[in-house]
Amino acid sequence: MYDMKEQTAVVEARNLNLTFETNDGPVHALKDINLTINKGDFVSFIGPSGCGKTTFLRVMAALEQPTGGSISVNGMTPDEARRNRAYGYVFQAAGLYPWRTIAKNIKLPLEIMGYSKAEQERRVNQVLELVELSGFGGKFPWQLSGGMQQRASIARALAFDADILLMDEPFGALDEIVRDHLNEQLLKLWARTNKTIGFVTHSIPEAVYLSTKIVVMSPRPGRIHDVIDSTLPKERPLDIRDSPEFIEIAHRVREGLRAGHGDD
Amino acid sequence: MKSLVAVLTVLAAIIAFWYAACVPMNIKGVLDQAERAGMEVTPATAKERRDRGEIGLVVNNTFAIGDTWVQERPRLPAPHQVAVELWETTVEKKITSKRSLIYHAQVTLSATLLGFAIGTGLGILLAVGIVHSRVMDMSVMPWAIVSQTIPIIALAPMIIVVLYSIGVQGIIPKAVISAYLSFFPVVVGMVKGLRAPDAMQLDLLKTYNANTNQGFWKLRLPSSMPYLFASLKIGIAASLVGAIVGELPTGAVAGLGARLLAGSYYGQTVQIWSALFAAAILAAALVALLGLIEKLVLNRMGVRA
Repeated sequence: MYDMKEQTAVVEARNLNLTFETNDGPVHALKDINLTINKGDFVSFIGPSGCGKTTFLRVMAALEQPTGGSISVNGMTPDEARRNRAYGYVFQAAGLYPWRTIAKNIKLPLEIMGYSKAEQERRVNQVLELVELSGFGGKFPWQLSGGMQQRASIARALAFDADILLMDEPFGALDEIVRDHLNEQLLKLWARTNKTIGFVTHSIPEAVYLSTKIVVMSPRPGRIHDVIDSTLPKERPLDIRDSPEFIEIAHRVREGLRAGHGDD
Repeated sequence: MKSLVAVLTVLAAIIAFWYAACVPMNIKGVLDQAERAGMEVTPATAKERRDRGEIGLVVNNTFAIGDTWVQERPRLPAPHQVAVELWETTVEKKITSKRSLIYHAQVTLSATLLGFAIGTGLGILLAVGIVHSRVMDMSVMPWAIVSQTIPIIALAPMIIVVLYSIGVQGIIPKAVISAYLSFFPVVVGMVKGLRAPDAMQLDLLKTYNANTNQGFWKLRLPSSMPYLFASLKIGIAASLVGAIVGELPTGAVAGLGARLLAGSYYGQTVQIWSALFAAAILAAALVALLGLIEKLVLNRMGVRA
């Protein structure tokens, strides 16, 4: 059980709605979303395509504007939070600049935010160590494997030390062995940095293994079907996935996904 | 090694075709000369030969084939005649001589490079404007496209006349024509290149709260480099054409265009062809040089070639 100390809400969504106007009429991407994410939470969003999980992450990041309801991030509007550089965002593709070395890629946000050269250097070394890429700073992206590139992109999101880390299927394009390894590393990193993480995934085991809170979503309209608070301990070796507790949570997630899918 | 063989085979085929083409092209001239020299030719008079097909003449006068490759003023000079002319007017002439192709090439080259610099600068500026301003996108792009639909051979004299009347002459009018031709590929390529970053890349910068300036210098400009170099290669070739065309209507006395013009006035086909080859070699050298710079720049940027 993870500790029940005083919890402060980092993200609060109330009756959040988002409708996209398309040529085929309005698409209800998010409908009546109510969700609270506390500081230090690891929240996974899981659901089939079109359930709005990525859209919700993008709303938190102020990359999409909601059309109804309210959402606050760190007590501000998402756009204010963005301007305060409250979060780091990791996309499905690593999206490293091919003309920059790994170290220079990680410096990109630091350059934009105006950190001093010495501070940039210090932070690059620190986050490279955090994602176990020390010594790879001088390499170009194409010299690294897909998993290493994705770790570099996580390092880039960590470099400016935002409290919130938003990850949109960061390991979706990687094979399962690499993914297991990165999941394990991500948990360690989360434990060391105590960040609040929002994590979009398609994978039930990934969601259960990583999260303190699992948000099961269903499509058309995109809405929350179930919110599961994980009973797993914070310390999670890979073989916890064979424990009855793990299997029970995974089962509940699967049931939720099936039910959410059944009514369309 | 294999590709070298292939390249040489194609080259040999072109040269063989060229030599073969010289025979029917030049046969009438050779036979006229032979007739005047008192040799037996079938048919015997130029009048009779005039309406005959060239191939038939060749078949009836096979003795004359060798002479079709050594005419003084052939309709189509043979490859070795052009090669000899090129050699004589480059290596064997002092570069200060008016008959030196290097002298003429250098005159054209300076106008080409100046025009290319102006065109490239203008092209990049326009592209930056087009990418950042919807108004410019909608107002400039159509005119840029229209500008390229006007035949440069019709426009070049106008440019020269107009510039002359306001007292501008010499290298500038030629450079303006060069710039006119070379800015367009740079605009098109740079617009494409500056827009190359995908939505995810732009979103990423947004999450950093980066401003437009930072987005330009850190993402858009580096992304556009491969596009820029592709455009520059087209642009430099277009610049050279522009400079040569700019030399034609003025009756210029120096430059590859002047050399072409003088050759056609005096029926010096060998001179025309060697000027053409000089222009082609110059263009190839310029494009190759840009290719080399491209390789160096992209290598330095860490992009795998």
